[in-house]
Amino acid sequence: MAALYEGYTLCGLVQDQNVSHSGIQGIEEERDSDHVLVTHSDRCVTLYKVSDQKRLSSWTVKQGQTLTCSAVFNSQSREYVVVSDSKVVRIWKEEDILLDKAFKATVSSDMWKVHCVAGHEPVVLFQRGAVRLLDSLLSAPQQPIEEVLAQEETIRWSTNIVAETQQCVIFTTEQKGEHFLYLQKLNPNSLLRYRLEREEPGLSPLSFSASCRDRHICLLYLYPNGHVYQSVVAVRSLGSEDGAQALPLPRTLLLALPVGEGLLEAASALVLDEAHAAVVGVPHPSAGAGKDFLCIWNTNFQTLQAGKEMAGKIFGQLWSFSNKLFIPHGKTLSVIPFECPKSSLASALGKLKQAKTEESQSPACVPSWNNILHGDKAQPSRVETRKVRVTRRTQLTTILTIDQILELIKTAPAEEVQREVEGLLSRSDLPDLQPSVGQLAAVLVSRSLADPAFYSHSTLAQLVHTRCLCHSVCPDLVLLALERKDYFLCQLCLQFFPDIPEAVTCACLKAFISVPDVDVEKMNLEPESISFMETLISRQHEQSGLQNGFSPKSMEEDQSDTVSDQQSTAEEEKKKKKAAAPPGHVCPVGLQKAVLLNEVLQTAYSDTFILPHLKELSSQHVVLFLRYLQFLYLRYSQAPVSQMEGQRSPSLTQVMDWMCLLLDAHFTVLVMTPDAKGLLLDLHTFVKSQVKLVSELGKIEGSLQELSKMKEKKDVGQYSIEVIELF
Amino acid sequence: MGEFKVHRVRFFDYMPSAIRAMAFHDPTEQLALARADGAVEIFNFSDNYFQEKVIPGRDGRAIEALCWAGRRLFSAGLNGEVTEYDLETLRPRYSLEAYGGPVWTLSCNRQGTLLAVGCEDGTVKVFDVLPEKIQFQKNLDRQKGRIMSLSWHPDGTRIAAGTMDMVRIFDAETGGATRRLLVERGPGAARSREVVVWSVVFLSDGTVVSGDSAGKVQVWDSATGTLVQTHPVSKWDVLALAASRDESSLLAGSSEGLVVQFQLLAPAAGRQERQWVRTRTFRNHSHDVRALVHSDTAVVSGGMDTQLVVRPLLDKVEKNTQESAMRKIMFPHRSLVRCVKKAGLLLFQFSDHLELWRLGDSDALGKPGERLPVKRKPEKLLQLKRKGEDHICCSSLSPCGSWLVYSTVSSVRLYRLQRDTHNMSLHKVSRLPRELRCVQQLCFSSDSSRLFASSSQSSVVVVALNQQEVKHLHTLRPKAGSSQPVHLLSPSEDGKWLATASTDGQIHVYDLHKLKVRLHCTLPVHSSCPTAIAIHPTTCCLISAHADQQVFEFSLLQKEYTAWSRALQKQGLHPAWLHRDTPVTHITFNPGNAAHVLMHDAFMFCIIDQSLPLPAAQTKLLNQMTLKSLPAADRLRQSHAFKICKNFQHLLCVDLLDERSLVVVERPLLDIQSQLPAPVRQKKFAT
Repeated sequence: MAALYEGYTLCGLVQDQNVSHSGIQGIEEERDSDHVLVTHSDRCVTLYKVSDQKRLSSWTVKQGQTLTCSAVFNSQSREYVVVSDSKVVRIWKEEDILLDKAFKATVSSDMWKVHCVAGHEPVVLFQRGAVRLLDSLLSAPQQPIEEVLAQEETIRWSTNIVAETQQCVIFTTEQKGEHFLYLQKLNPNSLLRYRLEREEPGLSPLSFSASCRDRHICLLYLYPNGHVYQSVVAVRSLGSEDGAQALPLPRTLLLALPVGEGLLEAASALVLDEAHAAVVGVPHPSAGAGKDFLCIWNTNFQTLQAGKEMAGKIFGQLWSFSNKLFIPHGKTLSVIPFECPKSSLASALGKLKQAKTEESQSPACVPSWNNILHGDKAQPSRVETRKVRVTRRTQLTTILTIDQILELIKTAPAEEVQREVEGLLSRSDLPDLQPSVGQLAAVLVSRSLADPAFYSHSTLAQLVHTRCLCHSVCPDLVLLALERKDYFLCQLCLQFFPDIPEAVTCACLKAFISVPDVDVEKMNLEPESISFMETLISRQHEQSGLQNGFSPKSMEEDQSDTVSDQQSTAEEEKKKKKAAAPPGHVCPVGLQKAVLLNEVLQTAYSDTFILPHLKELSSQHVVLFLRYLQFLYLRYSQAPVSQMEGQRSPSLTQVMDWMCLLLDAHFTVLVMTPDAKGLLLDLHTFVKSQVKLVSELGKIEGSLQELSKMKEKKDVGQYSIEVIELF
Repeated sequence: MGEFKVHRVRFFDYMPSAIRAMAFHDPTEQLALARADGAVEIFNFSDNYFQEKVIPGRDGRAIEALCWAGRRLFSAGLNGEVTEYDLETLRPRYSLEAYGGPVWTLSCNRQGTLLAVGCEDGTVKVFDVLPEKIQFQKNLDRQKGRIMSLSWHPDGTRIAAGTMDMVRIFDAETGGATRRLLVERGPGAARSREVVVWSVVFLSDGTVVSGDSAGKVQVWDSATGTLVQTHPVSKWDVLALAASRDESSLLAGSSEGLVVQFQLLAPAAGRQERQWVRTRTFRNHSHDVRALVHSDTAVVSGGMDTQLVVRPLLDKVEKNTQESAMRKIMFPHRSLVRCVKKAGLLLFQFSDHLELWRLGDSDALGKPGERLPVKRKPEKLLQLKRKGEDHICCSSLSPCGSWLVYSTVSSVRLYRLQRDTHNMSLHKVSRLPRELRCVQQLCFSSDSSRLFASSSQSSVVVVALNQQEVKHLHTLRPKAGSSQPVHLLSPSEDGKWLATASTDGQIHVYDLHKLKVRLHCTLPVHSSCPTAIAIHPTTCCLISAHADQQVFEFSLLQKEYTAWSRALQKQGLHPAWLHRDTPVTHITFNPGNAAHVLMHDAFMFCIIDQSLPLPAAQTKLLNQMTLKSLPAADRLRQSHAFKICKNFQHLLCVDLLDERSLVVVERPLLDIQSQLPAPVRQKKFAT
C-alpha cells in the first residue's frame, strides 16, 4: 500500500491579494533530491535543504522586475537559470550574492519557460512555441525566433523529458477550446503535434503530468469533472512535417474521481510511478465534499491508497521529487514523504519477500512493470556532444550506472572492470551502496568461477573493504579466494564477514595450515595483523620470566618428575634437541601463516557446528596448530595483555577455546600419535601448574580477604596514639 | 626529622557559645561580638581579624544588644541592665538597671551622646552618655508591645523602633511618636500571631527598613509613613539587618542561615530614582543569623552556629587575593589547653569548669601511619566546677602538676593538688595576696615556685608559692605607662626571664634573677599583635608569632633580632605561610634539638628547623609528601626549614611531651555541629 507520511513545513508562503495563487511559481530539484529551488512569484528564488527544512540561500531581482518562470539548476555547469520579464535570461552561481550582478542576456522574443533535466543542457521554450538549447540561444541572443504556434494558440503547460537519450520538450496549447500536445525532440529536431480528444464542452484540462517509461511518454491529465486520462506517445513515432495537421491522440480513462458537487477548480494530478498517481484538490471519497485532500490512487485498480487532509486552501499545485511531495496549502509549503511500493498479488496476500534489493536496481527512475517482466536492460552509455559556451566550460565525465557495470563485468577484461568498479565506488552520491555492491560481487564471483582466466583480486578486495558485503550475499566468494590462493582476500573476508559458516572457516583453516610457508611468504597481508605477529615473535628471544606462577623451567622439572622411566630417554633426546630454544618458544609456523591463522581464531563460531568440521583435519595439522596455539598462549601469559590492545589480535580466551576445541575433536587421535605426546605432556603439566596456582591462591584466600578488610576507613575515636613521620 | 608518637586527643568537649550581637567600630575596625553566655569578644579587623580581647561571660547575663558609643562599648540584655565594659581590664565597668524589664535592644546615636534602650514594657529609655557613666534622661512615649529593635536617624532627631506588629517613629526631642507603620502579619495560620519586627534601620534619607518575623524586608518612607517596597526574603524570620556606611547596600539575615544583600540601584540605566533591589544571597550559616555587620568591604555575620563569618564583597576587594578569601572564625585565638609535659597531664578550660586529664600510654612501637594499641586509657582526674556566677577567664597548671589556678573577673582561686596512686585530693589555698584579685592571664614558672599573673595597667604580679604560704613578691610594670592588658605570659625554662605581650603589641622581658627584678628589655613593637611568644630554653631567644603570620626571633642576651630572624625577614616568609587564616596560638621547643621550634594554628602544626635553609617563595611549602616519595639521600637537598603536618585538623593545642612524642588536641567541627540545636526545617530535595 502506498502511504503518505507525516509532513513538515518547508517554508511559509507570502500571499498577495490574489489568494487564488499560492505565491510559488515552481519548484525544481537542485543538485540532489534533498535540495530544491523554489521560485516565488514575488521576484525571489530560494534554495532549500529539504531534510533540514533550512533555507540555504536566496536571490531576488530588483523591484519592478518579475520572474516569469521558475528557476532551474543546470547540473552540468552548476548554475541557476531563470527568466525575468519574459525576455531576460539570468544565469548565476550559488556563490553569487546579487542577482543583478549576474550574467544577463536579453533575447528577441518572449520566453515561456526554461527547462532542465539533471545532467542535460537547459532548454528554452518560447511563448510562440519555438525551442532552443540555452547554449545556442546565448551564443546569439538576438537571433530571430520562429513562430510555431498559430494565432490565439497559447501554451498551457510544458515540461522537458529525456527519453532514451532523446531530450524532448513537451507542451500543451489551447486554441479556441481545442487542446493540442506538442512533442518537440531535440538533436535531431522534430516536432509532433497531437490533438487531445474533447471532453465535455467547455472543460479544459486542469493539470498535466508527463512521465517517460519504456520508450513511451505517458501523459496524465485531469479534467474538472474528475476524469483522469492517460495518453501514450511513442518517442520514436514518425514525425510528420511541421505545420501538418495534428494527429489525434488516443486516450484511456484511468480514474474517474468523485467530484462532489460542482466541478474541480484547483486540482492537480501527478504521476508517481506506473501504477500510482497523486491527486490534490479532489474530495476524499469517504470524507464529504471538502476538496483539501492529497490522495494517492492506484491507477491500475482504481483504488485509493492513501489520503491526507491538508489544512488551508489548496492551490492545485503539486510537485514530487524522489519520494517527497511538495504541496503549497494555506500559508505554508509542506513536504510530505510518501511511499509507493509495487502492488502485486503477493503483497496483497502478504507473501511478498523483502524485495528491496531488486527495487533499487534502477535508483534513478521509478521501476516499471516492464523491468520486472522482461528483466532490465542496461542502457548504453550515452556520449553527448555538447556545444560549449565560450565563457563557461565544464567537464563532464561519463559515469556508468550499476546496471551498465554489471553488463560490463560479464564480458570486459579484468582491468576495465577494475577501473569501472573503482569509479563507481568512488562516487559519493551513490544512493544505496549495499545492494549494488552485492550485485557486483555476485556477478564478479560467478564470472570468475565460470572463467578460470578471469580473476580480479583488487576489485574483490575493494568490494569487501566497503563492508557492505557478507557471506550470504555471495556465498562462493571465500571458496573462490581459497581456490585462487588469494589468502589476502580470505583474510579480509574472515575479518569483515560476520556470517561465515563453520564449514567455510574450517576449510580456510585447513587451507592455511596446509599451505607451505614458501607460498605465503611474499603474500601481502593486512599490515596491522602482521605487525602484531612481528612484535609477538620478536619477543620470543627476550627473557621469559615467571608469569602466573608458571615458568618453562619449572615445567620441565615437573615433567621429568611425572614422566615414567620408559619415556625419560625420549624426553632427554628431545631436551637435547630443544636445548637451544625451549619448546613453545619458537613460533612453529611462518609469520604470514600465523597471521592467517590468527584471523581464523578471531572468527565467530559455534562449538557444536564447528566440531564435526574440525575432525576433518589431519593429525599433523592438528599438532601443528596446537603447537601454534601453545606458542600464542605462552607469549600472552608472558607479555602484559595491555600492550596488545588496539591491535587486532586474538584474545587469550579465543586461544584457549580453540585449544580445547582441537583437543575435544582429536583427543583419541592425539593420544595415539607419537608426535603429539610431548605436546600433550607440556599442556598437561601446564594445566597442572595452573591448578596448583589456583589451589594455592585458595589457601591464602582468607588472608587476602583480611587485606581488603584492612582498607576500611578507620574510625578515629576519642583517643588514639598514632605514629607519624616528618621529613 | 624523624618519627613522632602522637597522642590524638578528641575528648575536649569544647563548645563555643552562639553569637547574639555584634557591633562594629568603624574608625578602629574593631568588631565587638557578644555570645549567648554573656562573653564579649573584640576582633581587630585591621590586624588580620585577630581576637584581641575576651571579656568572659557571667551566668544570667544574656546579652541582646551591643553598641559602641565612641570608643566605649555598651551592652544590654534580658537581665534588664545596661553594662559598660572596661576594655583595659577586660571586665564590666558597671551595670545600670534600666527599670523597664528585659532589654531587647540598644542603640546609640551617631554623635555618641545618647543611648536609646528598648525594653520589654514598651518604653524606649534614653540615657545620656557621660564621661564616666550613663544617666537616665527620659522615656519616649510608651508603646503597647515590647520594643524589639531601635535605630537612630543619623542626625539624631528621630528614632525608629520596631515593636510587635508595627514600627514606630519617635521624635527624639519631644519623645512623641510621630508615625505608626503597620507591618502585615504572615499569611495563613501566622495571621493570628503577631509579627515581631526584629530589626529596623533608619537611613539618612528618611527611609526606614524593617525585618520581621514574617520573613519580609520592608522599606518605608518615614516622612509619609507609607510602605514603599516589600521583599519577601524567607519563610522564617528576618532576624538582623545591617546597612553599609554609605547606605547603598543593606543586608538581611534570616533564620535559615541566609544573608541577603539589597542594593540601592536605578532600575534601568539612565533613570534617576533608585530603589532597593535584592542582589546577592550568602549561605554561610546552618542556623539563625542573629547578628550582622556591613563593613566597607565585607559581610560579617554570626549566629546560632557559633561561627563568625567574614565574607568579603568581591566588588569591593581585589579579587583572588588573601583579602578576598572568606574567613570563618571558629575557635578562640588563645589556648584553652594547658599541657604538663612530664606528667602527661592536660588541663582543659571550659567557661564553667576545668577538666584535668591524664594521657594514656602505649608501650608498643609502630611504623609511621600506624595506630598503636592503647595500653592505658586516658583518665579524667578531676572536674572542678567554678564558684560564683562569673565565667572562667584563664587557668593554669603548674609544671610539677601540683598547683592549679583559675581566675574569673572577680577572683583568683589557687588549689594544691595531691596525687597518690589512686586518689587525688584538692586543697584550696585560702589566703591569697590582695594583688591577685583581677587578673587576665596566669602562668607558673617552670620550677613551679612562682605564679605570674597579669594585672591591670600591663603589670604582672609575681607570687611565690610553697607548701606553707603564698606570698606576693613583686609587681612588674613596664616603664612606659601602657594601659592595654597583657594577654601572653611566658617564663623561660631556667626561671631567669619572663616575657609579657600586651594587646597593643608591646613585648616586655623581665629579668627575674637580678636582685632587684627589673625590666630587661622591650622588643621593637611590630605593627601586628603577638599571638604567641616563647623563650628558648638554651639560646635565650624569644620567638614571637604575630597575627599577620610574621615570626621573629629576638636574642635576649644581645637585645637584637637574631641572624636567623633577619634572614627570615630578608627573604620573607613563604606566601603560603602568610596566607594561613588562623594565628599561631602556641610555640614550644624540642628538648632534644635546640634548632627545632614547634608552633601550631587551627589547621596545622609546624616544626621549624632553624638549621635548614628557608623555603624560597616559588618552592612548595607543604613538601612532606614530596619528601616522603624521595629516597633518603635526596631528601636533605629538597627539605627546608618549615616542616608542616596537616594530618590533624581543628587543633586546639599541639605540644611536645618529650623529644619524640606529641600531644594533639582536636575538636572536629562535626562534633560541635552535632551539639547545636536543630536548624529550622527546610525542604531539601528528596527528603
